[in-house]
Amino acid sequence: MKVLVPIKRVIDYNVKVRVKADNSDVDLANVKMAINPFCEIAVEEAVRLKEAGAATEIIAISIGDKSCQEQLRTALALGADRAIQINTDEKLDSLHVAKLLQKVVEEEQPQLVILGKQSIDSDNNQTGQMLAALTGLPQGTFASEVKIDGDKVNVTREVDGGLQTVALNLPAIVTTDLRLNEPRYASLPNIMKAKRKPLDVKEASEFGLDLTPRTTLLKVTPPAERQAGIVVETVDELVEKLKNEAKVIA
Amino acid sequence: MSILIYVEHDNNELKADTLKTVSAAQAIGGDINLLVAGHNCAAVVEQAKNVSGVSKVLVADNAAYANQLAENVSLLVTELAADYNVIMATALTTGKNFMPRVAALLDVAQISDIIGVESADTFVRPIYAGNAIATVQSLDSKKVITVRATAFDAVATDGNADVVNLSQATDAGTSSHVNDEFTESERPDLGAANVVISGGRGMQNGDNFKLLEGIADKLGAAIGASRAAVDAGFVPNDMQVGQTGKIVAPDLYIAVGISGAIQHLAGMKDSKIIVAINKDAEAPIFQVADYGIVADLFDVLPELENKL
Ligand SMILES: Cc1cc2nc3c(=O)[nH]c(=O)nc-3n(C[C@H](O)[C@H](O)[C@H](O)COP(=O)(O)OP(=O)(O)OC[C@H]3O[C@@H](n4cnc5c(N)ncnc54)[C@H](O)[C@@H]3O)c2cc1C
Repeated sequence: MKVLVPIKRVIDYNVKVRVKADNSDVDLANVKMAINPFCEIAVEEAVRLKEAGAATEIIAISIGDKSCQEQLRTALALGADRAIQINTDEKLDSLHVAKLLQKVVEEEQPQLVILGKQSIDSDNNQTGQMLAALTGLPQGTFASEVKIDGDKVNVTREVDGGLQTVALNLPAIVTTDLRLNEPRYASLPNIMKAKRKPLDVKEASEFGLDLTPRTTLLKVTPPAERQAGIVVETVDELVEKLKNEAKVIA
Repeated sequence: MSILIYVEHDNNELKADTLKTVSAAQAIGGDINLLVAGHNCAAVVEQAKNVSGVSKVLVADNAAYANQLAENVSLLVTELAADYNVIMATALTTGKNFMPRVAALLDVAQISDIIGVESADTFVRPIYAGNAIATVQSLDSKKVITVRATAFDAVATDGNADVVNLSQATDAGTSSHVNDEFTESERPDLGAANVVISGGRGMQNGDNFKLLEGIADKLGAAIGASRAAVDAGFVPNDMQVGQTGKIVAPDLYIAVGISGAIQHLAGMKDSKIIVAINKDAEAPIFQVADYGIVADLFDVLPELENKL
């Protein structure tokens, strides 16, 4: 079983992003970048499926400029077998990312595509579902457990009320939630080995798709800052403030 | 302008956040219809009829929609979308799951999680865990939008919409529902509660969450948690507040033994009043708290319960 894992290069989750002074976008100059945490979980899940004998080949793919090869190398070091970069300097809408991935799915015919449920930069939570719709495949989003069962996959999903399990016919699309697994660290020998694994580069423009933007980012502003409040010394004082100053309890 | 809103429900109860999505739709302006897709969901239809500002409630009551599987619901909504300019859903479990499928099938971009409406094609939404706010213009002729309910006020429920029964039964036949494990709770919904008290890693174990229950009982509060508390198995996943959990904005949010990571703040920093109980005076949670107590939570919680 072939598994395709699309990954995204994003700001490191520990970094608090700043907005550019001209409000055109956030400022990513000299900011530490990393593989999106949910995508890292997706890579880990694919590697575990391979270790368990359920998957035979893992292909990592990223769409972006040359810098995303760094994250593809990370995926290769974690256990992906080969990588594909779809080269573009454009900031694509999720819909376009999904359309490019659809082409790759058609070419590679994976049984399973595992993606992160959202990227921590745009927080859109769209690409996996869009890819599923375009390919006509079933989806198991926000997965906390993935079990291959013959020609089906059972996916347990984190939903508002608790957990929901669905059975999907393979091939299928899975998007990861945080508790699916805890990603491993790449070992030094594996990082070295990853440098020699195949990484194909394709141009986004070669896929014959209309990638004209469907949205315009008009401006980006910092959020309203909360003023830090006061430190109270006693529980009595806290209760008094909540009653008489904030008036949020009776 | 005509707007179709997908009603978030569990076949029994219309989720109150849908009322807030209606108010986001009113900010866009136009004729507003609701869609109830489910099975044996007559109770939801009754509630939907009363939502103010709605002219029609479309009802697709069919076994194919019993569990609102994304594969089936997205086919239905895409078909109905032909008659509408805007398709909206609340950014909750169901909406987040199926709406991007609708957008892709309609070949349009989705605008996720809006917190403001500037005009019929321009919307405001948080990015980077709420550390930046983007204003985005949609260039598509049809709009597919999910709404962050905490950013809008609920409309009233004194309406009287017409009900239109649909005959669709789109079943993609590629997925099936196996089972649900839902957390039973007598407490208010996290998203709907006026008061939320959340515990973090500082709670040390699941048993200690009992210390929050007494207080929650007295305040009519919902109980939440940080990711660390959920990951450690103290409490179930549906209690997680944050960037990737639930977004809440109650009148009062009490964070107990929670450090205040940006991903947690993303889910609660629009609360009206924030209280932090943490023994580390340097914890970032104090930077957003209106009232903080620097103390051991195991001392503070019993005393707080007594004094309320
Ligand atoms: C992609 C991604 C998404 C994430 N999404 C979320 C999310 O949705 N929600 C979320 O919450 N987190 C999320 N996180 C995790 C987040 O980064 C933090 O790791 C997490 O919020 C920390 O939880 P915590 O504050 O309970 O634990 P800690 O950071 O360990 O803080 C525990 C706090 O308890 C205090 N404490 C300990 N003992 C006591 C005591 N006896 N009395 C008083 N205080 C005490 C300590 O001083 C400390 O401040 C996400 C992370 C990533 C990478």
